[in-house]
Amino acid sequence: MTESPLIRAENLVKVYRLGQVEVPALRGVSLEIQPGELVSIMGPSGSGKSTLMNLLGCLDRPTSGRYFLEGKEVGGLSDDELAQIRNRKIGFVFQTFNLLPRATALRNVELPLLYGRGDRRRERAEQALRAVGLGDRVHHRPQELSGGQQQRVAIARALVNQPPIILADEPTGNLDSKSGAEVMEVLEHLSRERGITVIFVTHDPYIASRTRRILRLHDGVLLSDEKLEDRSVLEGTL
Amino acid sequence: MNLWEAAREAFDSLSANLLRSVLTMLGIIIGVGAVIALVSIGQGVQVLVAEQVQSLGSNLLFVLPGTLEGGPSSGRATFSSIAGASSPTPLTLGDARVLADPLAAPDLVRVAPAFNRFVEVVYGDESRGTLMVATTPEYAAVRRVEVALGEFIASGHEQAASRVAVLGSQVAERLFPSGVLPLGETIKINRVPFRVIGVMRPLGGTGFANQDDIVWVPLSTAHNRLFRERTAAGEAVVSAIYVQVVSEERMASASEQIAEILRRRHGILYAADDDFTIINQADVLSVFGEITGILTVFLASIAAISLLVGGIGIMNIMLVSVTERTREIGIRKAVGAKRSDILSQFLAEAVVLSVIGGGIGTALGIGGSQALTSLVPDLRAVISLEAILLATGFSIGVGLFFGSYPAWRAARLDPIQALRYE
Repeated sequence: MTESPLIRAENLVKVYRLGQVEVPALRGVSLEIQPGELVSIMGPSGSGKSTLMNLLGCLDRPTSGRYFLEGKEVGGLSDDELAQIRNRKIGFVFQTFNLLPRATALRNVELPLLYGRGDRRRERAEQALRAVGLGDRVHHRPQELSGGQQQRVAIARALVNQPPIILADEPTGNLDSKSGAEVMEVLEHLSRERGITVIFVTHDPYIASRTRRILRLHDGVLLSDEKLEDRSVLEGTL
Repeated sequence: MNLWEAAREAFDSLSANLLRSVLTMLGIIIGVGAVIALVSIGQGVQVLVAEQVQSLGSNLLFVLPGTLEGGPSSGRATFSSIAGASSPTPLTLGDARVLADPLAAPDLVRVAPAFNRFVEVVYGDESRGTLMVATTPEYAAVRRVEVALGEFIASGHEQAASRVAVLGSQVAERLFPSGVLPLGETIKINRVPFRVIGVMRPLGGTGFANQDDIVWVPLSTAHNRLFRERTAAGEAVVSAIYVQVVSEERMASASEQIAEILRRRHGILYAADDDFTIINQADVLSVFGEITGILTVFLASIAAISLLVGGIGIMNIMLVSVTERTREIGIRKAVGAKRSDILSQFLAEAVVLSVIGGGIGTALGIGGSQALTSLVPDLRAVISLEAILLATGFSIGVGLFFGSYPAWRAARLDPIQALRYE
């Protein structure tokens, strides 16, 4: 698993223009993430972590710097090419779930398949829902599900195309602690069993404590990169 | 995403907002319905006119006195000439006799002169104003009319100037009480007694062309016993000469032969000075066809305006819908929808709206035109495939055209901002 990093970012800079003013959100961030890692990106609001997530998630392009996904540079791709990469390589889990309110859980999970390889859609969507423990809620609409269940539908949607990366933006932010723990468990399980790289963007220390690597951002700069092995060793000795 | 999926997604989101979708469709429904109903009725009227004109007889030429242009000196010959309005240089019985000569005009098969006047017909206490057509036995064959009872005017009646009359079906019906057989009864035409020898089969026709409100008498009888009009030269006047031509291909040459004979007899050197008019069915048909055609197009264009208004309604609703569903668009883009996917999704919604509206409108247009024409006897709406295809195609076009701007707006939304939209 060390042949090439899944994600390699070199000196990523993102500057937003607000009228005449240029607001730098990221000021040169470099990082590498290996396949199967469980990573947290932490930082106070305004630190640039959402911007970093948008760049890593191919929702946006950096102002400068280079971004390689599976060894392939994606910084200069067109909107449609980025959409295709999002479809195949990246699953998103949002704080507010972002499910289509009128569609059933199944239809929501099928959504990425609609824009990609479309065979055996229903079967694969059902499989993904079973994987998150919602095999019996297939035909429920979002408002008929609890917050934790909705987030698990969102995870199934992120999972259904079997992407190498899941980006989770404050996935427990709108949940009570019990549902939050359930959601974390599901994501950890997926990372462990399927080798999916899960990147959390959070300022919740509880989430960070359950990952093995914490990247801390401040004012658009990477402050620290704390590898998790050290901590687990430390915990073991305590 | 293929077409079927796009249509399915469109159905899902349209049915989620059913009332709004139906209201949006209303403009298209009314527009398509109106276009189809009006075109169908218009074509029905054209068919009806064509049938009526054809019922006048096949290979038929009308020779009328005067000219249609109606210059200052020439009398204005219209269909009123048939009804006997006087004109400066009348046609005469002599004209008809020469036309009937096969050596002079070889392409004419039969020639039937007719002298038309409005008369009063009386039977018992019943009296009725009606059109008298005084003519020769050839009339029945030339005009393709048949008797239902008895016989038509025969050559014996004509030679003897017999006081015999044949009644149109409507005249017989109105004049005679039910149960009385008109045959052999005596009626009075302008106070001269006539014996009824026949009743005609109903022919239909309305207004000027009502062929059932006529009483026929021999031409010689009318000239000798009812109207003693003569030209300065002492010739008997006729109101019209009906000519049956040997075949449809010979219509033009027959017209030429008639014109030549009449010019010679009337001493006319140039065609521009003609004091008569030769009309054939095609002329009559084309005039009516033109009028009804213009009317149909005119009415259909007014109806088409409502299609346009319907299209604007679709655009309006689609724009609202795009704004409302900004977040949905963001989600779809985040999970991999390309611009073209979003574009086709919203286009599909607009087209589905307009196609369903077009379908309902077509059904209503057909139903409406049938209902309307059922009020008018003889008139049948002609549901033309062209009108349906045109209206449906137009509604798809409206959907595509007015749906494309909202769809384009949706497709170019930035996924990050769309996801943040509350």
